[in-house]
Amino acid sequence: MAFQPVDYYNLYDMLEPEEKLTRETVSDFVDAEVLPIIEQHYRAGTFPMDLVEKLAGLGVFGITLPQEYGCAGMNNICYGLAMQELERGDSGVRSFASVQSSLVMYPIYTYGSEDIRRKWLPKLAAGQAIGCFGLTEPDYGSNPTGMITTAVKTDGGYLLNGAKMWITNGTLADVAVVWAKLDGIVHGFLVEKGMKGFSAPEMKGKHSLRASITSELIFQDVEVPAENMLNIKGMRGPLSCLTQARYGISWGAIGAATGVYHSALDYAKSRIQFGKPIASFQLVQEKLVWMLSEITKAQLLCYQLGRMKDAGTMNPNQVSLAKRNNVDIAIQAARIARDIHGANGILDEYPVMRHAANLESVRTYEGTHDIHTLILGADITGIQAFS
Amino acid sequence: MNIVVCISQVPDTTTKVTVAPDGKKISSAGVKFILNPYDEFALEEGLQLRAKYGGSVTAVTVGGDSAKEILRTALAMGVDKAVLIKDDERADSFGVAHNLAEAAREADIAILGRQSIDFDSYGTAAMTAELLNLPSASMVSKLSIDGTKVVAECDIDGGKETIELSLPCVISVQKGLNEPRYPKLPDIMKAKSKPIEERASAGVAPRVRTLSMELPKSSRIGKVLGDSDADIQELVRLLHEEAKAI
Ligand SMILES: Cc1cc2nc3c(=O)[nH]c(=O)nc-3n(C[C@H](O)[C@H](O)[C@H](O)COP(=O)(O)OP(=O)(O)OC[C@H]3O[C@@H](n4cnc5c(N)ncnc54)[C@H](O)[C@@H]3O)c2cc1C
Repeated sequence: MAFQPVDYYNLYDMLEPEEKLTRETVSDFVDAEVLPIIEQHYRAGTFPMDLVEKLAGLGVFGITLPQEYGCAGMNNICYGLAMQELERGDSGVRSFASVQSSLVMYPIYTYGSEDIRRKWLPKLAAGQAIGCFGLTEPDYGSNPTGMITTAVKTDGGYLLNGAKMWITNGTLADVAVVWAKLDGIVHGFLVEKGMKGFSAPEMKGKHSLRASITSELIFQDVEVPAENMLNIKGMRGPLSCLTQARYGISWGAIGAATGVYHSALDYAKSRIQFGKPIASFQLVQEKLVWMLSEITKAQLLCYQLGRMKDAGTMNPNQVSLAKRNNVDIAIQAARIARDIHGANGILDEYPVMRHAANLESVRTYEGTHDIHTLILGADITGIQAFS
Repeated sequence: MNIVVCISQVPDTTTKVTVAPDGKKISSAGVKFILNPYDEFALEEGLQLRAKYGGSVTAVTVGGDSAKEILRTALAMGVDKAVLIKDDERADSFGVAHNLAEAAREADIAILGRQSIDFDSYGTAAMTAELLNLPSASMVSKLSIDGTKVVAECDIDGGKETIELSLPCVISVQKGLNEPRYPKLPDIMKAKSKPIEERASAGVAPRVRTLSMELPKSSRIGKVLGDSDADIQELVRLLHEEAKAI
């Protein structure tokens, strides 16, 4: 039986047929391919590599990019719905798709030469190559402008030195989109696996996003050919990529929230205490209703955000609002769902603890909750509070 | 091979169904419609037969404009052609079978799901075969074709029956026959611009008239009992006296 989404406001009636079908298709995929295997990968701290080919076969990577590069050529609602369903599976799986699509394929498509596009996009779309995005450094997280990774011009290209940290897919990647300063200005470079002086050791010990690989990237005199530099200068480059990914995360958070809500609702209806299902107690009903309301509001935010993105009228601050709000309510929903499950809530028989732990990463990456607060604060007051 | 797959649009299994004010049909307000789950196996089989023997797959449905959605799904899965036989009044199984037979007249094989999960009449496939005067097999869970010889394994009560028939034929398919594919997202986009052919319904007079429709009595709503001895006694009593099951 197909998973029944939360659709309290009949929002899905407003979707175009291909948008509906995209959601249903990815949802069925998640039920069949992700949910049965994800807990064991989460426990082992491994990324389910088998999914790469399957996700590529489905057409999830670079979903909005043109079909001539092997992509689906869909609109942003389809992109969002796909991310929503993937994250109902697991934030780590959605992260893989976000990085591949929004942080690697998007900059290659937007800032790469035609040769570079032809070289990488079809392979990345087909899952024959994996990408990662290196912006964060050990000493520069919320403040990436301060980065110390540098590029120096040489005869044939550029020489890269420095280190990145917290890089999703780093160890798996065939190509890394790396941001480094050339003459004090941020530029993007494609660093390829096997280039001399480049290594990407995995970071261990995570309690969150365990079914996702997180790595350091180390550059010691890495020679990058001139054609591997992207055609964009300054922080605009990486920030434009982050806007794409944050947009997808706003939808993804709805998926995680939906997953924990459903689990809590089913559990509350079947768990008997004091001779009645716990769903019959007012306090439990209030918790379920809170989740339902917040999920519904988050859906409405994303739906309108997606229509604006397709119309070209969306601005990045609006994405900040959706990322900030939706991840926040998803975390709260996960904690409430954990509570409703009682002791069972800490078991991996239910998805809630995994989502709860995952969402801690999602709250921090792609701009922390508070950084988005300050972005919005700056927008409405005209006063920047963070520099 | 000319393959025709007949599909229908049905309410989602988890939808809360209500009866329309006239008390004779279900209300479509707020109901989500999906491709009949058994028809997914029919489509998959059609596509696999095409891969093996060449030819083309046509998906046909009888319904209103909203049924175009399931034809788009069929196109996204890979059928060559989609046909909507326009019928806004819900025809009975005989009316549907009449239209399907018309659409499958040239087919080497017509494939249907074993039943539509809305009215569960199980009759459409056999009626279609009868109207075409063709052999048919129902509830097929394994199929092989060699030349014009068709061998079908059919589910029967408590077992399997293997039968032989010949092309052209009509079969209704069962879960287990194959593993339906997911439409690929790029193909969903390509399907968007493919044409859907519309035909008028043959408009045969219905053989069945619905007198009334009602929801199951709410007294059937589940009782929850615990595992104490008293509760087990009560369960036995209820099964015996109320449900009359033992
Ligand atoms: C699992 C995971 C995967 C990741 N994947 C990637 C990736 O693929 N690529 C990549 O480049 N990065 C990635 N990151 C890094 C992520 O983007 C950073 O962790 C994030 O930007 C925050 O930086 P930080 O961890 O250094 O925290 P810090 O910037 O040190 O922030 C610590 C705290 O201080 C607060 N804070 C900081 N500055 C201010 C201020 N001015 N005013 C108020 N509060 C402030 C923050 O909100 C936060 O609460 C990943 C992180 C995780 C956890």
